[in-house]
Amino acid sequence: MHNKFTNFRETETTRKSRPMETKVERQAIKGGEFLIRETLPEEIFIPEEFSEEQKMMAQACQDFIDKEVFPYQDRIDNMEEGFMAGLLTKAGELGLLGVSIPEKYGGLGMSFNTSMLIAEVIGSAGSFSTAQGAQTGIGTLPILYYGTEEQKQKYLPGLASAELKTCYCLSEPDAGSDANSAKTKAVLTEDGKFYSITGQKMWISNGGFADVLLVFAKIEDDKDLSTFILERSFDGITMNEEEKKMGIKGSSTRQIFFNDCKVPVENLLGERGQGFKIALNVLNIGRIKLGVAAIGACKHLIDLSVNYGIERKQFGKSIVEFGAIQHKLAKMATKTYACESASYRAGQDIEDKIDALIKEGMDEQQAKLKGLEEFAIECAIIKVHGSEILDFAVDEGVQIFGGMGYSAEAPMERAYRDARICRIYEGTNEINRLMLVGILIKRAMKGELDVMGKAMAVGKELQSVPSFGNGQGGGLFTKEKETIKNLKKIILMVAGDAVQTLGVAMKDEQEILMNVADMMIEIYLAESTILRTEKLVALHGEEACESQINMSQLYLYEAVDKIAIAAKEALASFSSGDKQKVMLMGLKRFTKTELVNTKKLRRQIARKMIDNKGYAF
Amino acid sequence: MKILVCITNVPDTTSRIAFINNDTEFDKSGIQYVIGPYDDFALARAVELKEELGGTVTALNVGEAYGDPVIRKALAIGADDAIRINSFPKDSFFVAKQIAEVVKKGGYDLVLMGRESSDFNGGQVHGMVGEMVGLPVVSPVMKLDIENGKAKIAREIDGGKEFLEVNLPFIAGCQEPIAEWKIPNMRGIMSARTKPLQVLEPVGDETRISLKKFSLPPEKGEVKMIDEDNVEELVQLLKNEAKVI
Repeated sequence: MHNKFTNFRETETTRKSRPMETKVERQAIKGGEFLIRETLPEEIFIPEEFSEEQKMMAQACQDFIDKEVFPYQDRIDNMEEGFMAGLLTKAGELGLLGVSIPEKYGGLGMSFNTSMLIAEVIGSAGSFSTAQGAQTGIGTLPILYYGTEEQKQKYLPGLASAELKTCYCLSEPDAGSDANSAKTKAVLTEDGKFYSITGQKMWISNGGFADVLLVFAKIEDDKDLSTFILERSFDGITMNEEEKKMGIKGSSTRQIFFNDCKVPVENLLGERGQGFKIALNVLNIGRIKLGVAAIGACKHLIDLSVNYGIERKQFGKSIVEFGAIQHKLAKMATKTYACESASYRAGQDIEDKIDALIKEGMDEQQAKLKGLEEFAIECAIIKVHGSEILDFAVDEGVQIFGGMGYSAEAPMERAYRDARICRIYEGTNEINRLMLVGILIKRAMKGELDVMGKAMAVGKELQSVPSFGNGQGGGLFTKEKETIKNLKKIILMVAGDAVQTLGVAMKDEQEILMNVADMMIEIYLAESTILRTEKLVALHGEEACESQINMSQLYLYEAVDKIAIAAKEALASFSSGDKQKVMLMGLKRFTKTELVNTKKLRRQIARKMIDNKGYAF
Repeated sequence: MKILVCITNVPDTTSRIAFINNDTEFDKSGIQYVIGPYDDFALARAVELKEELGGTVTALNVGEAYGDPVIRKALAIGADDAIRINSFPKDSFFVAKQIAEVVKKGGYDLVLMGRESSDFNGGQVHGMVGEMVGLPVVSPVMKLDIENGKAKIAREIDGGKEFLEVNLPFIAGCQEPIAEWKIPNMRGIMSARTKPLQVLEPVGDETRISLKKFSLPPEKGEVKMIDEDNVEELVQLLKNEAKVI
């Protein structure tokens, strides 16, 4: 069984410096703060710091996927009776479903970043990944975070072992992105012992075999949703046939109907009217996990692409020897490396926040929720970026496979179809983009993040004479770090001025919000990539990290252009006259970078992948 | 049932093999290590036997500290404790000598190991250990059951199958399909860190083999495809071009 999770062998030095075992006290930072704060490499967690034990867990998941999922993709996609449910049971036996459930409820109580690592590995498994995600994430966590002690005792052990399968019923035919507009009703029965639930839910993952259903419905004429725990054995639950879908065909997706389904009052989850909050908070986890799962899928696609490209010979040589293919492979790897850097950085920030809240005396589950809520911006960034780089990677994967990429005989065709859902579920990427900027503005207005102060400072800088000589000096990434600082100034300049100019009307200017979101995504990714590589270089030296250095430079180089385009689009739409001119000059000043020989960098990255026959970073 | 399983620490089968110091030494840089595939089968069967009959499984490795993750994987899979003889495994004789010392002191009912390691593929250690401690040896063992204190063994031989019965204790060199490889479960991985791993110094340093030089096998040449109906062309090519018939 191929060992994938040990790219850098541990030395005595790295082991000693690894924070996971020694549990270095990190200062908990604020969500979204990356935009206004310079982060040091030692402040972030990098995936190379995972402990031997965490790597062994990742390898066990990989072995499970290799043995139980990949050989049976056709049977899974054909929805062979009981096959997916059986896979979940096997995964439960290995402990893969109880990762986030505390030990006292039959789980393993692992750290947040460990659960991220496991989600990454399983991410390459298409339909199974969705089934596992629905079971362990949205199907389990509401009970864990909001359940009463009795509810937890009753359901969590079964959910951890997969004895109980679960699904999350939020979407309705007329309530998708606008989830709180759901029409499903819950009415208290006359004896006060039951809620009678009536309504229709759709796109329910694992719906076909779930024993436990978490259903969102409005009690009487409430404005907000409430959440209920239903069991399959309750009367009044029926469902349609399996949906016919573009991809993840093996994932059970049903419409479910509730017709006067009586649910004991004690099965109300959380408080009345708390459902929308539960839905959103649990989705924060779903989002970051989906992003990290996309990384796993990308790595798998890259491995397939590199190996196919080595085997496939045209014009007398392997096609990986051609620059056009190397260009693709290097781009796929660079985006993946970047997303990985950001995901585990955010994952650790969340974990640190949770630890800090627990230390302050907060209940563990509450602390987890608060920790995730704090980093909702980062969770959305990773969801959007992960799902979009996956679509990029799978598209190029099909291209590298050529005709075979289009054939259902080779794995790329399925992967291409499976990937597409990621930009839609767990909140569409549009909703996520709007949301992440919305949260930033809200926090800025409340004074939780000093965005306005920093934006004003940038405004002042625009009026002053540009300083020369910044970013000089020979250290690794000196110039790149200066660029990052400047890119942040662009976001502050554009977003700050947009808020000032448009005021509350900004919420209706979705195009501008999208522009700001795109800039925030790129800066978080570019900065995380540079910081990770800087930390790696400190551990292993520049020579051993040549590809990582090249990927960091490439990512930033492209990010500068993307940010410049987004900024220009936004500025053109809301500013004018002299003010616009000053900002355009600022934009030019802040995006000034030296030309990079991207061909050379990409060839080095591709060579490393060819030599190692896969994603090698 | 007290079982000893000997595990080697070998490069992952997908590793890129290279040599250094004038081709006299294997280049360990960047190599990932795994439990020897045949040993992995032996370990899986040992854990199954423990589950069936009760008892303990001890994992034994002759190797340096860099192999500890591999030993911990054996503990995660189900071994109860482990011993590492702290020395590079110099040759089969040296390794057999170390294992023999442990077997002599341990009072094991069963000593399982792979039929060979997947790095040097010597396939000699089980035989040597048997000789050193005076126990019967069977290799390869493809099926192993314990009934009434005796080992029932089945294995494939040229043209058929062989069924053996051996008194305990004995030494088995195992290979598939004796058991299926086990994936360690998450709880097993978490408990591995608390299981005892004893490090012992080697006994003696006598070896019987000295390595002169390594070389990689020659690159495979181009393949010629011949139509299945065209036997004549095949014979011609084997005779005149390959000159093997």
